[in-house]
Amino acid sequence: MKSGKLWSWIIFGLGAAYFLVPLLATFEFSLRIRREGYTFDAYTSVFSDGRFQASFSYSLIVGVCAIVIGLLIVVPAAYYVRLRAPHLRPIIEFITLLPLIIPAIILVFGYIRMYNTSSPLPLLGTNLGTDILLTLAYVALALPYMYRAVDTGLRTIDVQTLTEAANILGANQATIIARVIFPNIIVAVLSGAFLTLAIVIGEFTIASLLNRQVFGVYMQNVGANRAFEPAALAVISFVITWGAMGMIQLLARFAPKTARRD
Amino acid sequence: MAEELPRREFLRIEKLVKTFGGNQVVKGVDLSFDKGEFVSLLGPSGCGKTTILRMIAGFERPDSGRILVEGKDISGLAPNQRKIGMVFQAYALFPNMNVADNIGFGLKIAAMPKPEREARVEEMLKLIGLSGYGKRYPFELSGGQQQRVALARALAPSPRMLLLDEPLSALDAKIRVSLREQIRQIQRELGITTVFVTHDQEEALSISDRIVVLNTGNVEQFGQPFEIYNRPQTRFVATFVGTLNTLNATVADAGAKTVSLGGTTVTIPALPATARNGEAVALTMRPEAVSLANGTARDIVLDGKVAEVSFLGSVIRLKVDLGDNAVNLDTFNDQRTPPPAHGAPVRIGIASSDVLVLER
Repeated sequence: MKSGKLWSWIIFGLGAAYFLVPLLATFEFSLRIRREGYTFDAYTSVFSDGRFQASFSYSLIVGVCAIVIGLLIVVPAAYYVRLRAPHLRPIIEFITLLPLIIPAIILVFGYIRMYNTSSPLPLLGTNLGTDILLTLAYVALALPYMYRAVDTGLRTIDVQTLTEAANILGANQATIIARVIFPNIIVAVLSGAFLTLAIVIGEFTIASLLNRQVFGVYMQNVGANRAFEPAALAVISFVITWGAMGMIQLLARFAPKTARRD
Repeated sequence: MAEELPRREFLRIEKLVKTFGGNQVVKGVDLSFDKGEFVSLLGPSGCGKTTILRMIAGFERPDSGRILVEGKDISGLAPNQRKIGMVFQAYALFPNMNVADNIGFGLKIAAMPKPEREARVEEMLKLIGLSGYGKRYPFELSGGQQQRVALARALAPSPRMLLLDEPLSALDAKIRVSLREQIRQIQRELGITTVFVTHDQEEALSISDRIVVLNTGNVEQFGQPFEIYNRPQTRFVATFVGTLNTLNATVADAGAKTVSLGGTTVTIPALPATARNGEAVALTMRPEAVSLANGTARDIVLDGKVAEVSFLGSVIRLKVDLGDNAVNLDTFNDQRTPPPAHGAPVRIGIASSDVLVLER
């Protein structure tokens, strides 16, 4: 029993070291920009760089737009499938998994062929059109995570009875989704939202080929030309991801409690 | 004698049919409920009672037939247009809302101004005896309290009809009895037409004005609890509602309505005119219609032996072996007289007027 526990700790320690040592090494390296000792100059340099601010805010805006559009598509779809068309579930699950099967490079070449300036819908002809296309690409990219998060949330509540209870009290479908279903799956929705944000913040392939200056592209540029700043950026990007995960945990505490059955 | 009030039809169901995947679960049901009436749909699982209720609510669309409320066909209306309140078996309170918001949900949808809404919520909380519970969340309430909140939520928008879908089945026995009494009291107070679905015959018999007994999608009998219990019209109703004794007898003289039972000839007023001499018939009676004879005058007297004694508290149920037949009988628990011992010879008496002859 005792030796079993010791082995558990050893395996846990090895696992933790596998993740933490490179991270700590990166962090340590990011502080060594000056010969005389550790400083945060690499971080100051990154934060004061106008391109960092521009690319990060652009990624953030695109990410938020992708979340909103994704939720507007996924929540009603997952709700409808669970309530009225459970037989369609395997098909929907397969469709939502497609972005994981099809590499981003294939997806973006497809977009370029479909929406170039000589196509019937020339989204790539304007900056706004390209921004819209990038956002929609991120919606597709985040679909597997968003759908699963929302579907898991729906599984924790009695969707049919709650819908019928609200319906007989006079509510229409939109009101039911907005006032009854959505607030009860908010934690799952936010999990999906933060996962989407984490994906968008780190995405490079699609944005690069669509010529959009997102955070991922900026990181790649800095990485190619500088030594210490990329390490600082890697640490910043980890902090953002962990911050998002921490938010999911924090929000879970405010989740609506399900009814006790006794 | 008080004059009977004229009946006012409120809900009419006409030739209602519903099929699920080739299985017809409701087979041309016709029913008519009066205003302010408390009607129970009673039957075993799969008899179609919940499907009928769900068609009244609008959650299921009938394949054919009509549902009329005060003469108007509501079959084509969506559930949110029917102005019907419903209480579900699983409470179905909105977990993200507190008690007050749950009760006020329908009022908010109806765009009732906030001060009026709050007053109505308070009124409802008082009605269900949960004043001061408005700020609590559903998970902080017991099952019985949650179901009372669900009732208040259904009643708050003043619906024209209340549907109760087995609202007591998730509760424990004691709470079930007290809540059903409370539901009945509130229903009487508000005079709201109520349709109550249950598979529990005791529940249906105790609180209903009338009961619809359903079996395999058909109405077996529709009547007052007294009629359903004492004058079952079909074998299904007789066996499903309450306990029934069956004695095998042979028609002795169909014209004189006599049968041969255990070597004696007795007159059975309920013997149908279609009976023929020598035909085997099943005589049925409730356990309380059979008594230990003990010299009391009963027109059917049979001798047997006590096969089983079940002590049920205020009542003792005896199973008496009559040779070819066996009957259960209920006798009051008299503290001064111990029940007969197992195997003791006893004489039982039955009033022939309490005997029913079931044709099917």
